Amino acid sequence: MAETTQLKMRVWRGDDQGGGLEDYTVEVSEGEVVLDAIHRLQATQAGDLAVRWNCKAGKCGSCSAEINGRPRLLCMTRLSDFEPGETITVTPVRTFPIIRDLVTDVSYNFEKAAELPGVALPPRDADGKRRMAQIDVERGQEFRKCIECFLCQNVCHVIRDHEDNKPAFAGPRFFLRYAELDMHPLDTHDRRELAQQAAGLGMCNITKCCTEVCPEGIKITDNAIIPMKERVVDKKYDPLVWLGEKIGIRNKDNDDREAAPKRQKSSVKRPRARA
Amino acid sequence: MASTEARESTVQAGDGPLAAGVGGPTRASIGERTLRQDRWWAYPLTTFVVFLSFVVYSTIRAFMDKDYFVEPYLSPFYSPCLGDCVEGSSDFGQPFGWFPLSAALIILIFPLGFRLTCYYYRKAYYRSFWLSPPACGVAEPHSSYSGETRFPLILQNVHRWFWYATLVVALVLTWDAVLAFGPAEGESDGIHMGLGTVLMWINVAFIWLYQLSCHSCRHIVGGRLRHFSKHPVRYKLWTWVSVLNKRHANYAWLSLFSVALVDLYIFLLASNTFDDPRFF
Amino acid sequence: MAETSEIEKHQYDVVVIGAGGSGLRAAIAAHEAGAKTAIVTKSLLGKAHTVMAEGGIAAAMGNRWPEDNWEVHFRDTMRGGKMLNNWRMAQLHAQEAPERVQELEDWGALFDRTDDGLISQRDFGGHRYARLAHVGDRTGLEMIRTLQQRAVALGIDVFMECTVTDLFKDDSGAISGAFAYWRETGTFLAFEAPSVVLATGGIGKSFKVTSNSWEYTGDGHALALRAGAALINMEFVQFHPTGMVWPPSVKGLLVTESVRGDGGVLKNSEGKRFMFDYIPEFFKAETADTEEEADRWYDDKKNNRRPPELLPRDEVARAINSEIKAGRGSPHGGIYLDIASRRSAEFIHKRLPSMHHQFKELADVDITKEPMEIGPTCHYVMGGVEVDPDTELSGIKGLYAVGECSGGMHGSNRLGGNSLSDLIVFGKRAGEAAAAYSSGLEARASIDGELERAQAEALAPFDPKGDENAYTIQADLQQAMNDLVGIIRTAEELEQSLKEIERLKERASRLKVEGGRAYNPGWHLSIDIHNMLLVSECIAKAALARQESRGGHTRDDFPGPDPEWGAKNLVLTLNSAGDGVDLAEKPLPVMPDELKAFFEDK
Repeated sequence: MAETTQLKMRVWRGDDQGGGLEDYTVEVSEGEVVLDAIHRLQATQAGDLAVRWNCKAGKCGSCSAEINGRPRLLCMTRLSDFEPGETITVTPVRTFPIIRDLVTDVSYNFEKAAELPGVALPPRDADGKRRMAQIDVERGQEFRKCIECFLCQNVCHVIRDHEDNKPAFAGPRFFLRYAELDMHPLDTHDRRELAQQAAGLGMCNITKCCTEVCPEGIKITDNAIIPMKERVVDKKYDPLVWLGEKIGIRNKDNDDREAAPKRQKSSVKRPRARA
Repeated sequence: MASTEARESTVQAGDGPLAAGVGGPTRASIGERTLRQDRWWAYPLTTFVVFLSFVVYSTIRAFMDKDYFVEPYLSPFYSPCLGDCVEGSSDFGQPFGWFPLSAALIILIFPLGFRLTCYYYRKAYYRSFWLSPPACGVAEPHSSYSGETRFPLILQNVHRWFWYATLVVALVLTWDAVLAFGPAEGESDGIHMGLGTVLMWINVAFIWLYQLSCHSCRHIVGGRLRHFSKHPVRYKLWTWVSVLNKRHANYAWLSLFSVALVDLYIFLLASNTFDDPRFF
Repeated sequence: MAETSEIEKHQYDVVVIGAGGSGLRAAIAAHEAGAKTAIVTKSLLGKAHTVMAEGGIAAAMGNRWPEDNWEVHFRDTMRGGKMLNNWRMAQLHAQEAPERVQELEDWGALFDRTDDGLISQRDFGGHRYARLAHVGDRTGLEMIRTLQQRAVALGIDVFMECTVTDLFKDDSGAISGAFAYWRETGTFLAFEAPSVVLATGGIGKSFKVTSNSWEYTGDGHALALRAGAALINMEFVQFHPTGMVWPPSVKGLLVTESVRGDGGVLKNSEGKRFMFDYIPEFFKAETADTEEEADRWYDDKKNNRRPPELLPRDEVARAINSEIKAGRGSPHGGIYLDIASRRSAEFIHKRLPSMHHQFKELADVDITKEPMEIGPTCHYVMGGVEVDPDTELSGIKGLYAVGECSGGMHGSNRLGGNSLSDLIVFGKRAGEAAAAYSSGLEARASIDGELERAQAEALAPFDPKGDENAYTIQADLQQAMNDLVGIIRTAEELEQSLKEIERLKERASRLKVEGGRAYNPGWHLSIDIHNMLLVSECIAKAALARQESRGGHTRDDFPGPDPEWGAKNLVLTLNSAGDGVDLAEKPLPVMPDELKAFFEDK
């Protein structure tokens, strides 16, 4: 039905002992995405080519990689986006430790997820339900669109270019989460201190690459990171807020909130040995 | 997790700034700093050239201390003119009349501080001047990085103070634009409008768009709330500011150009290089 | 080959296999009941197929319609399943779903709201009232993220990218543990655990046109069979009426039913709303028979009957299939789903953001301006492990099954929205039952004697004598299942499919894998392919045996339902040789009279 053509690809093959780009030519047809080409390579030329994928519909965020140096989802990058005859270079994401071929060890993200205290809501209303206005949940809903592809984490130069920042920096994906919880109309924790200190919000220099690569189009910087930074400013650096506190006129929005508890260790397990 | 600790200890391996990041021992071994094939350098380069030109121009003009006022136009670089200013230019008195240097320096600190700490300008100059990072997915040439956690960059948190201050400046510039309808040089009364008036109004419009689309402004008017539903008016304000905020970067550029253009125009008038075309 | 002494060993009270909605809910329940619990998942945490669920979670919360209650939901579910459901499961499901949804909100889910601030509920096919709690069209993502975050906050151990290949039993025939490999390293690990909860999802990857991801290889179904448990209702495979048909690369990708719930209609190439020609007798009384009435329904649900586009999925899928066969299809072999001409662009952006995104990105179609081309796609298997309705315990002591890999709840056809509620209702029940069972045990059986065999089986594809490629076998199986065991079936084709499956089984015994053990998808598929073949055989065998058409099973040679068949389930078990399945008939559990009364007034 669809026309087929020959696509030239360079795919990074290797593991933590080393590796490099290898050239392939693979048959592709109209309307296909890069993941289709990778799958055809797997089925016909490189049965052991490691690639992580699940839904192939841009909904699970598994197939993150770098295509011509740009962080993308393999399943949402259409071959028609490239010039005919162009060679497409596919590498694993370059911020996380390599496992094999296009697969990296993303456990950093799961460690950071565990460090973040979860939602803590007060008891329900008398009829056993909760009431929240649509306009109050909408900001959080934008952040909950996140599919955890971790492309924002990958592209963030704070850890991409500085391995030593990893322990102290939670990354854009988790700033989204901090913002979501801080904007939750019912949550009882004040996470501003934690966001600034434990999560390293101040490391972010808002160069917006996270927003640029987000496949869900979440405005990570404008809607989550900057508002979180502003919330920290509210608490620590605003002269008017300080003055307001002194003379008793102040925002009471955070009154029923208490500081979030300390972080915990991740319970995600990893293999103990290699084969 | 054990993996993190193991990684930390091996970070020092290798040489050069890449070794701290994408060239590190745990990463996929790819020699290139980036595999991007597009013109990723165009944005930082353009930004660098334009900003640098602006800085050079505005520094010269700020220290020049002349040719900033032509009845009824006052250059935005010198407004409000609070130092030892030329006659007719000080609408708010001269409380700093003793100041030995250019009067522009007294007031420019506020718009300068506002723009230096602006969330958009920060992105722009971190990328184009510090190359941190030059573009997304392009390794930066530094081997260590602490972001805005330490002095002096922790001072970026005072953005809001400058927002409060420049609110006043923006009001003054608006007043200047109103005065720009006033009698022209050598006239004593009546309403006048020249090309300068138009330019000053365009400038004031962009200044306000930039001022009101600011991220701190968005936060102050409503963003800080947890319950929009309990503050309908502030919610409405927040939604308006949010619309403007999406174009904050555009307004940052446009107002930068417009302010320089108005100053240049007034300079040309004051230095008698050019005559102000009048509409009435 | 490798020594068994290198195998990692872990002790748990409850091991949950699968980290989708049901697995996570089961693990949370087991953990909260005090059991030491592990979640083992083939993928990363949070990537399970649950993220694909779009429309919502069916629960009679009555937020939009105070008239709605569990009894109406129960009745809708049973009627949707053509009365073949396990009545007790359908009852528990309808009764407990509202509280389970409310619980998700306690754990941070942000559902869309009504004007009163309650959880909003939307219309869906087969549900009498607007009943689906939802978040735009990404409800599944919200569910999995909420449960994932809850599990992480509780500190439940998670083994990611870790595939279970075998279950162990002790001398008494009870479960004693599970065997698995790490995908990353190819090294093995074994769990000593008296309770195992299967939550592995479905089998859809055995079909070519499918909305399911690679993980859907029927692992839980196959593990249960090999452990000695039975599967029921395997002939019932749901073909979702609306999957994308173009471009080929995304053929089968789901288009949510919410498009129809929110006003989208189906049209053939002649521009006709053909669903009015396909209203079955069974649903005549409650379905609009004119376009005018159908259109009025969206605004006035009290005085009008539902549009036929919102009939249960099996009816709509069959109708679409007939239209395409009659030559009234679209250029790419589908039919049209049109919301552009009926709703404003703003409405579509607000209600169906991911659909808009999906079509824009993958097909260059703007659904606010043009109709979508859609066709049926394999979506869900109603069949699964036969379990006790109250505890989800299979026929094997210590082995539980929940979610799509369990059977009975949905009868012959599942209503949209009932899968997400199924996950959390029975997930919780299974987790609690598994924890209770483990805590009542005094001694744990050793699994050491089993390790060598399990390891050898997992490594078998590396045998250098092999000559078959697992990818090719998988593609051949998918083609065969699509062509011969698809949406419309005949005895002849089903017999042919069984022969084809036998041939593929033989080929699969001679697999060859290139490369090593570390993250080698070729090896992983070589293990999964056996599960796919086994469940495919179950489907084909049961489909051949059931000589009627009902729900997700349509026989061209037996076009109508048969009351006699309506009273029995088909049960599949592993044969004595262990290389195929045996089939038996079993009478349906009888519904008590007070529940029967719900079906008498109509």
